Amino acid sequence: MSSASQTVGPFFSIGLEHLNRNDLVVPGIAGTVVTIRGQILDGGRQPVPDAQLEIWQADAEGNYSENKCEAAGHSPAKFTGFARIFTDAEGRFAIRTIKPGSVRGIAGAGQAPHIAVFVFMRGLLKPLYTRIYFPGEAANDSDAVLSLVPADRKDTLIASVSEKTDSFEWNVMLQGPHETVFFEW
Amino acid sequence: MHDPRRYRKFAAGTQPEYLHPAYVSSVKRAPTKPLILLPHTKTETTGPVFGHSLVTAADSDLTAQHSGEPLGERIIVSGRVLDEDGHGVPDSLVEVWQANAAGRYTHKVDQHGAPLDPNFSGCGRVVTDAEGRYRFVSIKPGAYPWGNHHNAWRPQHIHFSLFGAGLLTRLVTQMYFPGDPLLEFDPIYNSTADENARRRLVAKFDWTTTERSHALGYRFDIVLRGREQTPAEK
Ligand SMILES: [Fe+2]
Repeated sequence: MSSASQTVGPFFSIGLEHLNRNDLVVPGIAGTVVTIRGQILDGGRQPVPDAQLEIWQADAEGNYSENKCEAAGHSPAKFTGFARIFTDAEGRFAIRTIKPGSVRGIAGAGQAPHIAVFVFMRGLLKPLYTRIYFPGEAANDSDAVLSLVPADRKDTLIASVSEKTDSFEWNVMLQGPHETVFFEW
Repeated sequence: MHDPRRYRKFAAGTQPEYLHPAYVSSVKRAPTKPLILLPHTKTETTGPVFGHSLVTAADSDLTAQHSGEPLGERIIVSGRVLDEDGHGVPDSLVEVWQANAAGRYTHKVDQHGAPLDPNFSGCGRVVTDAEGRYRFVSIKPGAYPWGNHHNAWRPQHIHFSLFGAGLLTRLVTQMYFPGDPLLEFDPIYNSTADENARRRLVAKFDWTTTERSHALGYRFDIVLRGREQTPAEK
């Protein structure tokens, strides 16, 4: 039986910030550089200033990296696909990365480009798991994970195009009518 | 036929629910709509890789990160990171953070009136060895008050964060100390329904790792989620 999860509590930054990274782009990397910005709001529509996101994504060819992650402050030579990000005082976060390629999915079918996200915060006794998809992708219609999501909630997983080029917005609504889809992982 | 769930289901009651009203912060932060059962794809069966180069010797000795020694009762926390079949999980990053002996975190948001200790930052990390073993030297953290309810106090605890072999083995938990009278009143500790699962978050006092004239040993094994057996193994 696996050990029970417990909340990260309010003071996690002292132990976890050594891996923070808001830019996964490395010199010479293939693919389209994108920026994803967002905000986390709680059930009272208040920003969550004490959250941590961990993202995991494939490279532009759809492959997951086996390159070793480095501490914050070091510039990794190779793409790792992993980032840990804290929200700011307004509950906002931003990540600069490359758009992932299509990853192999169930029974060999390709998955639409996506980024896996774990959300941690005080008040969450275990992390929330969700995914960021990209707008206008033909593969979104056949994606095996997206197809499990009720039609009227799919938009919570698909980032929206922001005014800036190659820039997207994706928010986390913990509760409410537009509650983000979270997965039992 | 490809099984879309590659990692095991958690046994009933062995993990907390997101909503645990006694833990007041969960009320506005727990999801309210049904979660969607996730097929386990390559995205979830892979995960970040951490090298031993990420950690230094000082990272696993929280008493040796400053010019002087921190105040408090010196402890050695060691154990194994295991999967659900009892196999050690090698090369797993283990991150810890904790309050000082007075119950105060070196965090700007911590407003507890207890003193900071200039010789204690309260954070460390280690990567497990080939058998899944890890070891930290630290001081016993103090209990501290919090705002959850009237006269609320957290039992003494150390926060642990672990990765394991893939995304789905990710675990953040807390290690508690045996005999702590605050455990029975703590809504976070008691958020897990299964009593046996709760007890496994309590470290054991351990003579074999207690060092004469130096530090008390506590043993804390952590079990990460296991993979589903393949049809050939069944
Ligand atoms: Fe704590």
